Amino acid sequence: MAEQVKLNIDGVDVQVEKGQSILDAAKKVNIRIPTLCHHEDLCVAGNCRVCVVEQEGKNTLTPSCATPAEEGMVIKTSTPKVRRARKDLMALLVSEHNTQCTTCYRSTNCELQDLAAEYNVDNNIYLSVLKENLEIDKSSWSIEKDDSKCIRCQRCVRTCAELQHVNALAVTERGRDMRISTFMHLPMNEIVCTNCGQCITHCPTGALTERRYYDEIWEAIDDPEKHVVINTAPSVRVALGEMLGFPVGTRVTGKMVTALKKMGFDSVLDTDFSADLTIIEEANELLVRLKDALVHKKDVALPMITSCSPGWVKFIEHMYPEHLAHLSSCKSPQQMFGALTKTYYAEKKGIDPSKIVSVAGMPCAAKKYEANRPEMRDSGYHDVDAGLTTREIGHMIKQSGINFLELEDSEFDSIMGESTGAGVIFGATGGVMEAALRTAYFVITGRPVPFDNLNITPVRGLKGIKETSIKFENCLPEYSFLEGVEAKFAIAHGLINARQIMDQIVAGESPYHFIEIMACPGGCIGGGGQPIPTNDEIRKKRIQAIYDEDMNKPIRMSHENPEIIKIYEDFLEKPLGEKSHHLLHTKYRKRKRY
Amino acid sequence: MAEVKELVKELVDKYGRERKNLLPVLQGIHLETNYLSKEAMLEVAKQMDLSAAEIYGTASFYSFLDTKADGKYKIRVCKSITCEMAGKSEIIRTLEDMLKVKVGETTEGKRFSLLETNCLGLCDQGPAMLINEEFYTQLTPAKVRKILGEYIRNKY
Amino acid sequence: MSNIKLRKVDVIFSPYSVAPYEILKNAMKRSKDEVVQELIDSGLRGRGGAGFPTGLKWKFAKQQESDQKYVICNADEGEPGTFKDRKLLVEVPRKVISGMAICAWAVGASKGYIYLRREYRYLVSHIEEELELYHKFAKEAGLDFKIEIFMGAGAYICGEETALIESMEGRRGEPRNKPPFPIKNGYLGKPTVVNNVETFASATMVCRMGADEYKKLGTDDQRGSKLFSISGDSPKKGVHELELGMSLEDFANEFGDGDTKAVQVGGVAGFCIPKKQFKTTIIGEGNTTGGSTMIFNSTRSMYNVLHNYLDFFAEESCGQCTPCRVGTQQLLKGIEAVKSKKKPPEYLDQLVKLAETMRLTSKCGLGQSVTNSFSSIVKNFREEMIY
Repeated sequence: MAEQVKLNIDGVDVQVEKGQSILDAAKKVNIRIPTLCHHEDLCVAGNCRVCVVEQEGKNTLTPSCATPAEEGMVIKTSTPKVRRARKDLMALLVSEHNTQCTTCYRSTNCELQDLAAEYNVDNNIYLSVLKENLEIDKSSWSIEKDDSKCIRCQRCVRTCAELQHVNALAVTERGRDMRISTFMHLPMNEIVCTNCGQCITHCPTGALTERRYYDEIWEAIDDPEKHVVINTAPSVRVALGEMLGFPVGTRVTGKMVTALKKMGFDSVLDTDFSADLTIIEEANELLVRLKDALVHKKDVALPMITSCSPGWVKFIEHMYPEHLAHLSSCKSPQQMFGALTKTYYAEKKGIDPSKIVSVAGMPCAAKKYEANRPEMRDSGYHDVDAGLTTREIGHMIKQSGINFLELEDSEFDSIMGESTGAGVIFGATGGVMEAALRTAYFVITGRPVPFDNLNITPVRGLKGIKETSIKFENCLPEYSFLEGVEAKFAIAHGLINARQIMDQIVAGESPYHFIEIMACPGGCIGGGGQPIPTNDEIRKKRIQAIYDEDMNKPIRMSHENPEIIKIYEDFLEKPLGEKSHHLLHTKYRKRKRY
Repeated sequence: MAEVKELVKELVDKYGRERKNLLPVLQGIHLETNYLSKEAMLEVAKQMDLSAAEIYGTASFYSFLDTKADGKYKIRVCKSITCEMAGKSEIIRTLEDMLKVKVGETTEGKRFSLLETNCLGLCDQGPAMLINEEFYTQLTPAKVRKILGEYIRNKY
Repeated sequence: MSNIKLRKVDVIFSPYSVAPYEILKNAMKRSKDEVVQELIDSGLRGRGGAGFPTGLKWKFAKQQESDQKYVICNADEGEPGTFKDRKLLVEVPRKVISGMAICAWAVGASKGYIYLRREYRYLVSHIEEELELYHKFAKEAGLDFKIEIFMGAGAYICGEETALIESMEGRRGEPRNKPPFPIKNGYLGKPTVVNNVETFASATMVCRMGADEYKKLGTDDQRGSKLFSISGDSPKKGVHELELGMSLEDFANEFGDGDTKAVQVGGVAGFCIPKKQFKTTIIGEGNTTGGSTMIFNSTRSMYNVLHNYLDFFAEESCGQCTPCRVGTQQLLKGIEAVKSKKKPPEYLDQLVKLAETMRLTSKCGLGQSVTNSFSSIVKNFREEMIY
């Protein structure tokens, strides 16, 4: 056992591991100390100072988040001195803040607002020192940056550095001019930013938000000429409830579908369908690459890496432009869905594709950017007209006056509403890998993957980089070239882990054949478009909900999805066929590193 | 921008690629080029494998690292209390008159930038100013006119 | 409280009376513990402002187990009204360097830096000349301790030792959370002694004179002599070396212009003492010992003085912590509002409370010490703030 220290907080003795903070120790005995710059995912900053406490023998107050607990410490967390100081600090933050809370997107979900209310801060006690003429940066398709709401806690800066290793945001200038900004204060669309949106989910206030599109969607819904289709990703249904009165980890799939229908969407479809489709295409792509390498001895790019996560795709385009060949050419499920909506769906339903508005409900900020990539127009139209985050959907449901808690369940519409458990688990880190292996193993051997209940547990969980291997034996004749091959797989989530994987590839030392990478910690369930807050505890609950949904599905392998079988029969003909290539695959572009 | 690239390479070779050498590298560029251009910072980012935003964030923290092209001669007048007591305002007025710019501005043709600075450590000899690396102390309007006159005549 | 008559002494600026690096050589003949003990016995405290006992700092550094330790001389003298370090580096750089070398030898450091403020760049060649001589000596003496100059880039806050270290590591000069202290976890994560220029020079003189002789100077509370940077309304502006422990009355009589209204002791981070308190104030006791003393006569507006300080703080705060970043702006805007009658005089009381919050909650000495000058000026010169 690690060395322990004993201290006393508010009269309660508590023992913690050496190195843990006073804040950690207080939590252990159920004493809540307010924080702002602190976040469980990030390193300690100690700069907002609202977590100060009284420490016996010191004539200044002690920041509890930044101070390690020490043997014999006597701490008081709620003395008049502490309360006065905290209230004063809150008043200072408010004096520097744009306090038009009534019009703020984060109103009622804002840590500053909560604490200011808790301490009943007098807005008029100090003069406003809010900088004048601050403009909101709306240049990015994904992220809006409003400096007038920034409290300079640097959570976004630490997120971008520690979780994502992108460092697009930095602290600039000094003193009263200090701010959170970009290289030379360039607009967000001109910098090296992956649009992952983790800065948004780690922002305590409304300084960083997703660019919102729901007004346009409402307009389309109200337009009788338009046929508005929405598909929702698996992670949305396991998190949306958090915004609408359900406990974390509640699956609200049926209620969500009902709500979206009530709101007026003409068709509510399931992104899981195209996730299943992605698996078919991607698994086949992998098999072709393996065959090319093993049989034809061609110089193909292995390991192959997934391309579902648009934050990750933009990351590799910026950071490793010479290694784009490793990416699967498959579009993400969102973009496959979009391309099919305005072709296959339109054809089957007999609707003029120019009248279709295709909307994607995603746990993601980067999907907004992805939808607007100029190359994503293979249907002849804008494949995806707009991407909405889980948060925007939550807001829209609230705007509609729907009593979500009491809503009955309903099923996704058809066509492109059918899915399998494999499509569902895309939402969790390791899910794409697991879904791919369930199908690939079956295709290669004709037998289900040799894991209890198809649950490939080594690829699950929140470890930053996970790996597993599978040996192919008794392969079908067509895949005899894989007989006895032990294929190696890795899964990374959070771009800092992606970087490790890539550095290995660059060095020529990657032992893997296939790698799943998701930009956001935890995978899509921890995406930049998910309800706030997100931390590991919440990620775990959302992941559990994903796997529960999987277990409840009658079909749990993508290739058994009847709608998938049908789309190949009726429309696409075969995996990696001509139509697939045109509609479901894409190319990547080199971008500047700095 | 081959020159900037060369300069950065020279400096990075001299001091090393580790982050701890960032300030010497930036100062080396500054001494040669009088400021840190966008290109120079991007080149440092590339060669030292740092994010451009962080380099800008670091540079913009320090008052002697400029990220925009100012005048060839930077006049920094000490604004600390003792220099103020010794007549700083008059010095500023004289400089503003002569240069036809206000504090914080640069003359046309980017010859002079007029700046105020915090304590120069010459409090016993105020008012004091710094023109690039040269100190001038116990200033009077007459003395300023003479000094600046020389810059205008000889050092253009 | 004990005070002694004001006495000018000549310790630190005494001319070199021995061969170059003789003091260092003699120290190296003794045991390391003995030398550190000598420093402890001398009662020498840090001369940068915080006043931590120098010998103790060295002792802690010596106790650290590490493959690498650093000794850094803090020459980022930026406190308005301070210029003694400049004079030391110009006139007796050898004493400064000797002090660094004695420290390095005693604590087991092999690498040293002089963090020189950007404004003093013109001193580089002068210091390097002396460093060349030192390195020659060190080689002969078999002392494995090399010193380099590290140039600052213009930031007052880098005088704070952890900000200085951040700056040396190529980052923004933002103070760190403490603990850990540099003595444990300093430059590049290694044990690091950071001392002020004058502290190192004084340490050299302690070794030269011996603790017994050194502590004959000063009082029980403050040992030794100290350099005072004197500026403002004084006919004797400049650096003066004085025995510690004199009253401010004696000081003002000696250095003022006969019309002294207040003295700012310890720079803008220190206290502004009004005339009525001169008799009862001992310089360095309960106030900081950086040595900046700015003298104001009756023609000076204390509002202007405070305004100047606050503008300085708002600009030189690193900006990372709430109380310092926003507090400095609020104090500045606040006194402007009272002066222009936009806020009632009672608002000053609110601001004094705010300054106290800043003291209690700021991350480093900058924010914590704003209250010193703010409250002492607002309390003692209230009318000047209002009318």
